[in-house]
Amino acid sequence: MTDQSSAIPNQQSKIAYGWFAVWVVVVALLGLAGVKLYQITLGPVASGAAPDFTLTTFDGQYISLASLRGQVVVVNFWASWCEPCKDEAADLEAFWRAYKDRGVMMIGVDYVDTETEARAYLAQFDITYPNGPDLGTRISQAYRIKGVPETYIIDTDGHLVTNIIGPTTYANLAQIVEPLLK
Amino acid sequence: MHFLFTTKTPSHKITQSVLSFFVLFVSLCLSGYYLFGLTLTVKAQDSEPTDDEVNAIAKQLYCPVCENTPLDVCPTQACAQWRATIKEKLTAGWTEQQIKDYFVTQYGERVLAQPSTRGFNILLWTLAPAGVLIAVGVFVYYVRRLQKPASAAAPAAGEADEYVKRLEAELAKRR
Repeated sequence: MTDQSSAIPNQQSKIAYGWFAVWVVVVALLGLAGVKLYQITLGPVASGAAPDFTLTTFDGQYISLASLRGQVVVVNFWASWCEPCKDEAADLEAFWRAYKDRGVMMIGVDYVDTETEARAYLAQFDITYPNGPDLGTRISQAYRIKGVPETYIIDTDGHLVTNIIGPTTYANLAQIVEPLLK
Repeated sequence: MHFLFTTKTPSHKITQSVLSFFVLFVSLCLSGYYLFGLTLTVKAQDSEPTDDEVNAIAKQLYCPVCENTPLDVCPTQACAQWRATIKEKLTAGWTEQQIKDYFVTQYGERVLAQPSTRGFNILLWTLAPAGVLIAVGVFVYYVRRLQKPASAAAPAAGEADEYVKRLEAELAKRR
């Protein structure tokens, strides 16, 4: 009688622990799903420290954002299949030529593209600033881009000043960058 | 023909040699043509993969730009470029796995229709079976628990009888 009465609470506590473990797993999974959903709903990075990245350009040049501290950096996400990107391509190149000797660095990040077409695009618009593929889409994920083109402007301290969603123009870039050079 | 080969006169010997050379030449030409033709056919297959071969790989990939649309049926220019890349790699003699690895390196694991079993993706493969196992376990547990009271009722009834007997005895004393 005593053995049976002590065995029942033991069994019940085991069951309670089992249920607790199941609930912990369920809550953890829901939490994980919640975090993922939250990340999806977040818009592109618009302020704070610019996510660091490294890029190997189509010419084999290695660029690290951290190494560009002290310069204003313009990061442009584009793709050869992106029609609106073509609208801004000439303006971006003109801006680069006008500002490259004034402490401005431009980086083109080629998003989800194929190398042959990307190179043809660069040749077509005579783009001379460094461009490279976003390997594994790591850079675009870090900046949480929603599409192309998107342009991010980073000040000399490595902080994001603003982002431009959609095609931009020479005048728009100049307006944002000029105050950062003073 | 047989006659010509068996004649022994010099003029016939010349004719025999010419004919032998002609037969040999024709044989070589025919066999050469046949072999060359075969080689050409193989080369043509190697250099130009069919759309089916391209799509067999494409349907295992998803372009991040067009979510939830397999690459083989995706109508965008980005996907068309990807399919062209698959064709290019097949032409260069790459295997299916090499092409898939290339796309993963270029665009990340999310391009795979069937996620790999590495890293965090292991959860995708283990959670569903684990959930089924847990559900089966819980079901079995409750079924057994429902069955237990019937078998466990015997000793409990015995204990109750004992208690009733003692109660009745105590009541009988008081009467």
